Amino acid sequence: MSAGSIPGLVAQLAVLAAAVLLAPMLSGWVNQCRAWLQNRSAPGLLQPYRVLTKLFNKEVVLAHNASPLFRSAPYVIFGCLALAAAIVPKVGTDLPLNAAADAIALVGLLALARLFIALAGMDIGTAFGTLGARREMLVGFLAEPALLMVLFTASLISHSTSLATIVQTLAHRELVIYPSMAFAGVAFTMVSLAENARIPIDNPSTHLELTMIHEAMVLEYSGRHLALIEWAASLKLFVYSCMGLALFFPFGVAERGDWVGLLVAMPVLAVKLAVGGFLLALIETLSAKMRIFRAPEFLATAFLLAVLAMLVHVLLEGG
Amino acid sequence: MLQHYGPQLINLFAAVLLLLSFAMLTQRRIMSLINLFAAQGLVLCLSTALVAWLTGQTHLYGSAALTLALKVVALPWILHMLIRRLNVKWDVETLINIPTMMLVGIVLVILAFNLALPISQLAGTVTRSTLGIALASVLLSFLMMITRSKAVPQVIGFLSMENGLFFAATGAVYGMPMVVELGVALDVLVGALILGIFMFQIRERFDSVDTRHLEKLKEH
Amino acid sequence: MEIAPLQAVLAAAAAWLLIGVAGLLRPESLALSARALFPAGALVGLVVAVIGFTSLFRAPQALVLPLGLPDLPFHARLDALSAFFLLLLGAVASGISLFASGYLRQGEGTPPGLQCAYFHVFLASMALVLVADDAYFFMVAWETMALSSFFLVTSDHRHAEIRRAGYLYLLIAHIGAIAILLCFGALQAGTGDYTFANMRELQPGAGVATAAFLLALVGFGAKAGIVPLHVWLPEAHPAAPSPVSALMSAVMLKTAVYGLLRVTLDLIAFPLWWWGVIALALGLVSAVGGIVYAAVQTDMKRLLAYSSIENIGLIFAGFGLTLLFRGFGMGTLAALALTATLYHCLNHAFFKSLLFLATGSVLHATRERSLGKLGGLIHRMPWVAWCALVGSIAIAGLPPLNGFVSEWLLLQAFLFTPGLPQGYLNMLVPVAATLVALTAALSGYVMVKFYGVVFLGQPREAKLAEAHDAGLWERAALAWLAAMCIALGLAPVTVIGLLEPITHMLTGYGIGSAAQGWLFLAPLQPERASYSPLLFFAVTALLVALTWLSVRLFYHGRVRRAPPWDCGFPYQDARMQDSAEGFGQPVRQVFEPFFRIEQQAPTPFDAHPEFREKHEDRLWYWLYLPVARAADAVTTLVTVLQRGRISVYLTYSFVTLLVLLLFVR
Repeated sequence: MSAGSIPGLVAQLAVLAAAVLLAPMLSGWVNQCRAWLQNRSAPGLLQPYRVLTKLFNKEVVLAHNASPLFRSAPYVIFGCLALAAAIVPKVGTDLPLNAAADAIALVGLLALARLFIALAGMDIGTAFGTLGARREMLVGFLAEPALLMVLFTASLISHSTSLATIVQTLAHRELVIYPSMAFAGVAFTMVSLAENARIPIDNPSTHLELTMIHEAMVLEYSGRHLALIEWAASLKLFVYSCMGLALFFPFGVAERGDWVGLLVAMPVLAVKLAVGGFLLALIETLSAKMRIFRAPEFLATAFLLAVLAMLVHVLLEGG
Repeated sequence: MLQHYGPQLINLFAAVLLLLSFAMLTQRRIMSLINLFAAQGLVLCLSTALVAWLTGQTHLYGSAALTLALKVVALPWILHMLIRRLNVKWDVETLINIPTMMLVGIVLVILAFNLALPISQLAGTVTRSTLGIALASVLLSFLMMITRSKAVPQVIGFLSMENGLFFAATGAVYGMPMVVELGVALDVLVGALILGIFMFQIRERFDSVDTRHLEKLKEH
Repeated sequence: MEIAPLQAVLAAAAAWLLIGVAGLLRPESLALSARALFPAGALVGLVVAVIGFTSLFRAPQALVLPLGLPDLPFHARLDALSAFFLLLLGAVASGISLFASGYLRQGEGTPPGLQCAYFHVFLASMALVLVADDAYFFMVAWETMALSSFFLVTSDHRHAEIRRAGYLYLLIAHIGAIAILLCFGALQAGTGDYTFANMRELQPGAGVATAAFLLALVGFGAKAGIVPLHVWLPEAHPAAPSPVSALMSAVMLKTAVYGLLRVTLDLIAFPLWWWGVIALALGLVSAVGGIVYAAVQTDMKRLLAYSSIENIGLIFAGFGLTLLFRGFGMGTLAALALTATLYHCLNHAFFKSLLFLATGSVLHATRERSLGKLGGLIHRMPWVAWCALVGSIAIAGLPPLNGFVSEWLLLQAFLFTPGLPQGYLNMLVPVAATLVALTAALSGYVMVKFYGVVFLGQPREAKLAEAHDAGLWERAALAWLAAMCIALGLAPVTVIGLLEPITHMLTGYGIGSAAQGWLFLAPLQPERASYSPLLFFAVTALLVALTWLSVRLFYHGRVRRAPPWDCGFPYQDARMQDSAEGFGQPVRQVFEPFFRIEQQAPTPFDAHPEFREKHEDRLWYWLYLPVARAADAVTTLVTVLQRGRISVYLTYSFVTLLVLLLFVR
């Protein structure tokens, strides 16, 4: 592996920086599509950046009893999601960090970020903070195994949990149709809706206290802390979108050592993300938010679909 | 090209069929249930046509067309009409625990595959591994009929069971003779009609199509 | 001159016994026990750890002791498996002893000197269990371990519920001991030679081997707390003083794992594959059941006790996979599963003792065990809080700490199970991996509840304002255990290198991970899976630091302190936070069939509304109460024999004597 090589390192850094800087644009695009679909006049594509700048420039209003954990959590969460954005395959499979963390580690990394945001939600000790933390962990404990099983299905196909190998197998060997991925795809869509605080589980634009999950947890944050958390949320959306594209539409990702392919892959990725973002906005517009007590059912269905995906792989595709 | 991907596509159709069976098992609304049933018919029709094309057995085109006419157009139409007449469009089943039902479904899938394994090894066809899926969707439809209490979903369960059987026939042995197929299709159609009349009778008697009311007919 | 390691272990055990005896000399003296004896015990622990570490790579060494009965001497042996568990025992015990020296107080119950005696006898007996090489010695050490820990559990024996917990523990421990004894009886196959060497020589038939395995599973499973023999665990752990809970959960449960590995993979050596299915099923049931019960607990030590059941379940799942692979002759994969099992043993020992000790500190500072009366302790007890955070992240199985590594290895082992050459298994076992994933995710939930309710938020009681941080000894112990959690998480390749001799010994294969260099953990083939915690941690830390720096560089750092916002709601107090019950509610709802719930909800018209809820283990009603009733019925029958007249009793003895003389020649 080319873990130590200088070009690899440079490419990795460039990809990381690009992912971190461009992720809010994806959120902006989804919001724009949503506004169009709902017959509203849309905010600009750059609106998330304006919000972030505004928040960064505001002062932080901190509760009297905020602990150091509360103040450090936004940085940890942001760091975790930035790393996740770095290791999820986007344009190429030949990046040094790919060997450092595989699919299971990626899920672990997302879980680590979730743990910190839930703990931060509980830190001030308000009713909404703990409520949000509890609901977030509820979504988490059902969504996380489902996500892991989706990745496991792909791992069983490619005989590897390394994300790079998975994408290479799915994209570059001769085209094979994997029926199990149909199940996995449905499960993954359900999981990523839940994980990114989207309708039907949560609503990213709600401020009605009793229905929210993510917003309730971060209610006490302000200023640069809130900016980092919002940015991390965009990164999470980006990570999930890229993961979905890598698993279900891996075509166009550059092969190992293919520098021209890398250049081609970037616009391809942009187009795929744009389509994916539009579909997300469409799903959100077409569905209604669920009662929170229906959420376990929704997620358990996703979980069992992921299990079925694994089963179908073992049964139909011969292990 | 298609020769190469044909079997894989059939596997894909089989998986989608199974997925739709699970979706039907967990769907609460009658309208969506009918749409899912129509989608299942469409998948069946496509896979039959594909098998026909792959094996060059022209009579299978006939049965594909029959499937299309009967299961995608006629039966859903009849069912829609039935619902309009019975005025149960917004009926919602009270399914208590969807995850538990799915778990039972998963167990059934495993069972079905192991039961189908020896048979599918005998079958020399390219698509023999789909036999397990066909059996699984038969069992799932059966399960659906057991867990429902309203009459219309039970009929849909019955019809979708036939879908599973039909898929087994095309997948494992490249279809049955045309006469048998026509007979079965007619059976299903007549069955659906009789069940429709039956439902009207239930409603006349009990003001609802909840089959739990039939318990009242028990002699004490 | 080189000291033979086995003699050194025996000397260390003797030293622990001596320390215990020294405690008996002046039982009421706190200063002697706390300041001299416990630190000395910790030092011996370190020595044991070093011996264990150095003898991992040595050839086995055996010894016949001049102790025991005539013609029945004690045999001792030190091989890689024993050495590994000795390393675990020593390293964890040193931390716990250190903590205990700061923790020990003059209390109502057992005097400190006596506690010191039991504690060190307990340590010594565990060391002896690990080096015993015949059934006789093993059982003597095993029973000493059970008894000394029983007395430690009932340290506070003035409370009725603690005595009850101790009784339950003793009862199940003895049912287990009988099963183990019978297991050894089956293994010696009528030769009358109870040495392990003899049992290794004999190749028992499938029937005998299966009987022995099942008995061992019951016996060691009872000690390990596997479902359905787990009921003593959530009673005994909260009853015992915190260092004792830590020691029992971290080390004593592992001696049971040791025993099981010794019997099935060393003494029997050729396990049948379907044994693995049983162990795997029991393990997964324990894992999911344990963590679901942990999520609804309101007592912090009970919560940790249930989490121990979960972790033991994961260990058993790994063990089951080992047996499965071994039974089908897939040696390398068996080695992988065994590595995951042993790694998880090590991890659990460290993070669970860390958390139990942290609850001990909280208990001392606040005199409160109920989660509903704690909160906000991160401000009062920062040391304990930050160490507990490390433990919580580790136990939740999150990278880059140690819990993640073993779960990662276990999942990797599961990913190979579609290759099992058996119809149903190659479908069911991969699907069983979902349960491992579910357990891992749920343990994150439980740890957020545990940590969030105890350490974060507002203090739920006024008296918590007077809580103080742990003392120096306790801090040192917590820091040592937390450091080990981090080290085990960051250097998995080194640790797996240490496990290699054991997998070679028990399965004949290693997983050869060192071939990929020290940085990358890549079992079997690197393109299959690789994980580099060090790189992972370094990059995360770098990114966090970079973010912090650039935010600092580009923006002002103004901070204004204000009351909490909470959507502008002005009347808030600490009781509006989630209680432990509230936080557990979603899990209770999702997994409702698991519990037997008694609920008392108020009506809207109650003047003094009261809500009460109790959830119990269904197994009590399904298994234990029927068994207890049956036992009761049998004993009532036996009372017929009780006549109260001496001549009748003498007749019984006389008849027995006659029968024996007549029929037994």
